[in-house]
Amino acid sequence: MKFQVNNNEVYASTGGRPFDKNKPLIIFVHGSGLTHMTWVLQTRYFAFHGYSVLALDMPGHGLSGGESLKSIEDMADWVSDVIDAVGYKEASLVGHSQGCLVTVECTARNPDKIKTLSLMGGAGAIPMNPELLSLAENNDPKAVELMMDWAHGPAGHFGGHPVPGLYHINTGSMLAKTRTIKNTLGVDFRACDNYKNGFEAAKQIKIPTLSILATDDKMCPVKEGKKLANLIEGSQIDIIDNCGHMMLLEEADRVLNVLKKFITTNYPAN
Amino acid sequence: MSDKKGMDPKTYKFDTLSLHAGYQPHKNAGSRQVPIYQTTSYLFDDVDHAAALFNLERGGHIYSRISNPTVAVLEERVASLEGGTAALATSSGMSAIFLAVMTLCEAGDHLVVSSQLYGGTVNLFRLTLPKFGIKTTFVKPRDTEGFKKAIQKNTKGIFGELVGNPGNEIMNMPEIAKIAHDAGIPLMVDATYQTPYLCKPIEHGADIVIHSLTKWMAGHGSSMAGIIVEGGKFDWMQNDKFPTMTQPYEGYHGLSFAEEFGPTAFTMKARAEGMRDFGPCLSPQNAWNVLQGIETLSVRMKKHCENAEKMVEYLLGHDSVAWVSHPSVPDHPDHDLASKLLPNGKGSMIAFGIKGGKAAGEAFINNVKLASHLANVGDTRTLVIHPASATHSQMDEATLKFAGLSHDMIRLSVGIEDIDDIKNDFENGFRAARKPRLVSNQ
Repeated sequence: MKFQVNNNEVYASTGGRPFDKNKPLIIFVHGSGLTHMTWVLQTRYFAFHGYSVLALDMPGHGLSGGESLKSIEDMADWVSDVIDAVGYKEASLVGHSQGCLVTVECTARNPDKIKTLSLMGGAGAIPMNPELLSLAENNDPKAVELMMDWAHGPAGHFGGHPVPGLYHINTGSMLAKTRTIKNTLGVDFRACDNYKNGFEAAKQIKIPTLSILATDDKMCPVKEGKKLANLIEGSQIDIIDNCGHMMLLEEADRVLNVLKKFITTNYPAN
Repeated sequence: MSDKKGMDPKTYKFDTLSLHAGYQPHKNAGSRQVPIYQTTSYLFDDVDHAAALFNLERGGHIYSRISNPTVAVLEERVASLEGGTAALATSSGMSAIFLAVMTLCEAGDHLVVSSQLYGGTVNLFRLTLPKFGIKTTFVKPRDTEGFKKAIQKNTKGIFGELVGNPGNEIMNMPEIAKIAHDAGIPLMVDATYQTPYLCKPIEHGADIVIHSLTKWMAGHGSSMAGIIVEGGKFDWMQNDKFPTMTQPYEGYHGLSFAEEFGPTAFTMKARAEGMRDFGPCLSPQNAWNVLQGIETLSVRMKKHCENAEKMVEYLLGHDSVAWVSHPSVPDHPDHDLASKLLPNGKGSMIAFGIKGGKAAGEAFINNVKLASHLANVGDTRTLVIHPASATHSQMDEATLKFAGLSHDMIRLSVGIEDIDDIKNDFENGFRAARKPRLVSNQ
């Protein structure tokens, strides 16, 4: 569906069901340069099981208008604005990669508004490789190719997509090329590189939190994910074997099962 | 190459993908070879799991008409080789074309189609699709501007064979793709003759690529199979031409395929609707057979092209041959375009005219022994046919002429046998072809 936030049009997938304000809200926040479509194997389930779902296209990404936001802090405030814009007082947040930085910061800034936090491939900081950052800021498609290489584990490189007939790496690559690379991936990578408040923000979080990490994640390794999770009181950790950073696609079923148990327990549908 | 070590992507390359893409042994009992899942259906964990699969909430298999694990390996493998986002395998190349058209079009729609096609494909567009209310304007493949002129308000796509069957005319794919995209419609290309080893149409602007996998991709001539590959770049939401892709679609529980699945929307719709309703599914055994062929695709294609170029040279110098059409011939009208689009080789299909016309052609066909006379191409074995009396025999005289066919034409699919043995066999054929003329001249 489309709606306005700060005078810009926002697109969010509702998981194939009409948006219903009477149901608890789950917001999904994508990673650098990507779009709402990365969440298709999680969002539809919740939309068909008692939740209202918004898988956002961040400003300047996918089908959303406006320009890409330049800092994680701005993105965190924008997610909070989304909750207001759709008429809710609270929501559950799910983030992947850069989306973890955004949702951690958003939760720290809005302790009463966010009810559960689910982090996939998260870390307290995501410093960027300087050459990768430069490639993305210079609109070089090689930045996308490198990201797809590093984002998929050894198993993911072979394929084996949970949806028959889909090929991981080419699909991810196409998602990252939906808009101009320097305006999406370039801006996002710089925002990740600049963000330094992740560990401090994590210490302030007191809500139920889940971290899903993957053994073959090169972008946000398990030890970095654990470092962040250990700062959040009572946080749960689930580690997936033989899987890379794109766990929400590489091991979509496993991720959904863990997420389903966590959210339905801590933020039950009506 | 980057001058900094480690900064080039390490994603697998063509020959590796040919052997490995789409398959993870550790999820299949460690089986090194792809298992043949010879089953119709798949257990649900519980009713919630069943509902989730039907609603496309989860990935997985329900019923082998819709998807099958062995077939899915083939689909991913071909998608990876073509540089596509997704693929859908079908029971034959023709069913792949039909399913692609039915996924794209509705009654009242129109397509612009290259006139140089396999005879069965011509009949599909000319005679069968009008029964579904889908009309076609045919354009000669070299008439690039003609494709633009033929586009109407209700045109939903352009279709053609990259190298026309059987005359070897080449579509200017990059320019025709631009024409299609300027009109907000996709370009669909049948690239059976090339395989992704010779050309990846998606890199040249094609949005949907179709193969008869029966041919060079499998190579062994044992199994029928087809496939639709999606490029993932086409923006279905740029206009209102494709409401069944972009609007909540009654045909699939109010789903908007473009919004939900973006770069894989076409494949998702072709599977969820097309396979559900038409059902031209590929058997797991045939999918496995095709996978065996794809493992050696690049090795075979190199040999096919090497032999083809030697046969071109041989035929050009032969007294019994009136003309030779192959993109490798310098005076072929599309030689330069072929060099750009087909840098790894110009393919192994040769058309040539035999002196003495139809009678000589028939004598030649009846007297070659190594070359097989049959209605297929792209086998590892050398194949010959006389199109006017076989593959294109259901066309009337005017349609034959429009399709660029002559009665003296022999279609040759060069195999990977020893080149001297193929030439020796052709000598026997040519010798026999000269005899009727000698008799009639006396």
